[in-house]
Amino acid sequence: MSNVTYSIIFYLFAAITVFSAAFVVFSRNVIYSAFSLLFTFFGVAALYVYLSADFIAVTQIIVYVGGILVLLLFGVMFTNKIMMTKLRTDVINMVPGLAILAAVVGGLLTIFYTRADWVTSATQLQGSVVESIGIETMSRYVLPFEMASILLLLALIGAAFLARFDKAHNKER
Amino acid sequence: MDVLTTIGLNHYLTISVLLFGFGLFAIITRKNAIVVLMGVELILNAANINLLAFSKFNGAMEGVMFSLFVIVLAAAEAAVALAIVINIYKTFNTVDVSRIDSLKE
Repeated sequence: MSNVTYSIIFYLFAAITVFSAAFVVFSRNVIYSAFSLLFTFFGVAALYVYLSADFIAVTQIIVYVGGILVLLLFGVMFTNKIMMTKLRTDVINMVPGLAILAAVVGGLLTIFYTRADWVTSATQLQGSVVESIGIETMSRYVLPFEMASILLLLALIGAAFLARFDKAHNKER
Repeated sequence: MDVLTTIGLNHYLTISVLLFGFGLFAIITRKNAIVVLMGVELILNAANINLLAFSKFNGAMEGVMFSLFVIVLAAAEAAVALAIVINIYKTFNTVDVSRIDSLKE
């Protein structure tokens, strides 16, 4: 693939990511936000492929799109009376929010483009990263890996405990 | 022209800054707790892009491994946070974060 084609496809995915993320936060309809988040996650996954982290990209699609987005949609459905009320989110602190958005984005970009002098290595990551992830997970990162599994188990039990339908409690009320 | 056609570190950092700004904006301005959670997810994605970009241009694996753990933490966080949001809805009958002002019923 030539360099120009590579860049054009990169800008396409970057535009998808940024514009759908903007739609997520500027849309007043919660359902529109949730479905726009889908495109953001896919765009970010494509950027991960550009960063030669193919395994992370697939994980992103499986975990975020298949898990977290579905959870969020369930949350939207559970916490709104679909037939009765509009699925809208009200807005608070609009002016401070816009000011902070402009300040953060402007400030960080100014620093990145004028001041920052990142040290980059001559040997970048190339090709697939799957094999290295397997080796690293089973050698240097085996303790965090096991801790992550325990954390996921705890989160699963905790979430099920928190969200269960409390029969005894309802009876005594 | 060379800046536009050669995708460098700053391109990824720009996208990540924009995602971070949008996530922060959602957390500050939205009243619906679910949309606030979406803002948190955007911020986590921005952090992940940063980690992977620095990892690629440094040629090391630390950022890749760290981003994997970030995704694991994001999944756990989303599950617990949504359970809490559903509990809040059962108690207050709303998920408007500006109207939730007591810790117990």
